[in-house]
Amino acid sequence: MLCRVGYVRRCAATLNPILGAVSSRQKHTLPDLPYDYGALEPHICAEIMQLHHSKHHATYVNNLNVTEEKYQEALAKGDVSTQVSLQPALKFNGGGHINHAIFWTNLSPNGGGEPQGELSEAIKRDFGSFQKMKEKMSAATVAVQGSGWGWLGFDKDSGRLRIAACANQDPLQGTTGLVPLLGIDVWEHAYYLQYKNVRPDYVKAIWNVVNWENVSERLQAAKK
Amino acid sequence: MLCRVGYVRRCAATLNPILGAVASKQKHTLPDLPYDYGALEPHICAEIMQLHHSKHHATYVNNLNVTEEKYQEALAKGDVTTQVSLQPALKFNGGGHINHTIFWTNLSPNGGGEPQGELLEAIKRDFGSFQKMKEKISAATVAVQGSGWGWLGFDKDSGRLRIAACANQDPLQGTTGLVPLLGIDVWEHAYYLQYKNVRPDYVKAIWNVVNWENVSERLQAAKK
Repeated sequence: MLCRVGYVRRCAATLNPILGAVSSRQKHTLPDLPYDYGALEPHICAEIMQLHHSKHHATYVNNLNVTEEKYQEALAKGDVSTQVSLQPALKFNGGGHINHAIFWTNLSPNGGGEPQGELSEAIKRDFGSFQKMKEKMSAATVAVQGSGWGWLGFDKDSGRLRIAACANQDPLQGTTGLVPLLGIDVWEHAYYLQYKNVRPDYVKAIWNVVNWENVSERLQAAKK
Repeated sequence: MLCRVGYVRRCAATLNPILGAVASKQKHTLPDLPYDYGALEPHICAEIMQLHHSKHHATYVNNLNVTEEKYQEALAKGDVTTQVSLQPALKFNGGGHINHTIFWTNLSPNGGGEPQGELLEAIKRDFGSFQKMKEKISAATVAVQGSGWGWLGFDKDSGRLRIAACANQDPLQGTTGLVPLLGIDVWEHAYYLQYKNVRPDYVKAIWNVVNWENVSERLQAAKK
């Protein structure tokens, strides 16, 4: 999912998490959107997609690179104070990059409908039904106080699907250990231009563009 | 500032904090905006002001009343577990009501320019100059990760002005002890329709509508 320029091809479609080798650091890059900015209309409008991808996500990428650069220097000097002082920026921008890179693949103009196969079975097993999972995840997502994300995640320890919410850009796996399968961004920039204050309408609409194939692929990868 | 219907006149212009008598609870109400929705143009557009006041603030008021009702019941039964479970909703909606009530009075179509008298002296004493104070509060406000507020506050212990930032709707006084004098809302709903992702432009523009008389009155009240 998140790749470096240089030796590794730009690969917006793969699912590998960010791998970093601290000794030789390559920059993070903004992944291409797998579809046009207007492709998710009428559920998410083109203006939102363009700002969200080319401004918000791009800013996280740029600021992450700056932060990692500074972190590299502090690490090399063994300067713990500076490393600690950089943690909020790392979590915020790093989380922002991770979250949005996942998000773009979670959505598709050919999305919607219901999941199939193993994912569908897992959902029925862990939530009772697809409908119940949708309701539970929608409720948790709408209830986020301030900025944050709702997540469907995979708990490796129990082998179960779980619903979680994270504040701001806190990355799901880094903060809870759950492997992210499907995220719903409820920062106001994700919906306000179209839905204004009515977050529930946005969360209801987004199910029309969820890419269940991608969510299934993420579950397969998480189980390995 | 925050008054109850019934015996007390609706008084959006006064500065008293929310006084609550748990024994007989009266509902909180949405204070009137002291000016038209379009009065702060071109700095803050009418559409933002209308949504911000009549939807966002109104929702905090409604949800605060619901939460206080539930809290009253739990308190009457000595049910501590329920009381604790209601704390996030109380802080979120109560803070939202407090913060926005202050905010509407902090702004004015006749605002802008520079403070006078004691407030100006205090600013020079504690920050070096008015310009330096503006820069410091602007930086702190722009830097808020996610949703939150930037504040100019009064520290009663030291008698000094301080700049602080709070996350989400955390109320300044309840969480830090500082008395709020001037707040800048940087939840995306406060600026996105007009400024999109460019939060610094909004924070720069808002200085044109800051009501320094109100900020001075708050300082006087805080010193008592």
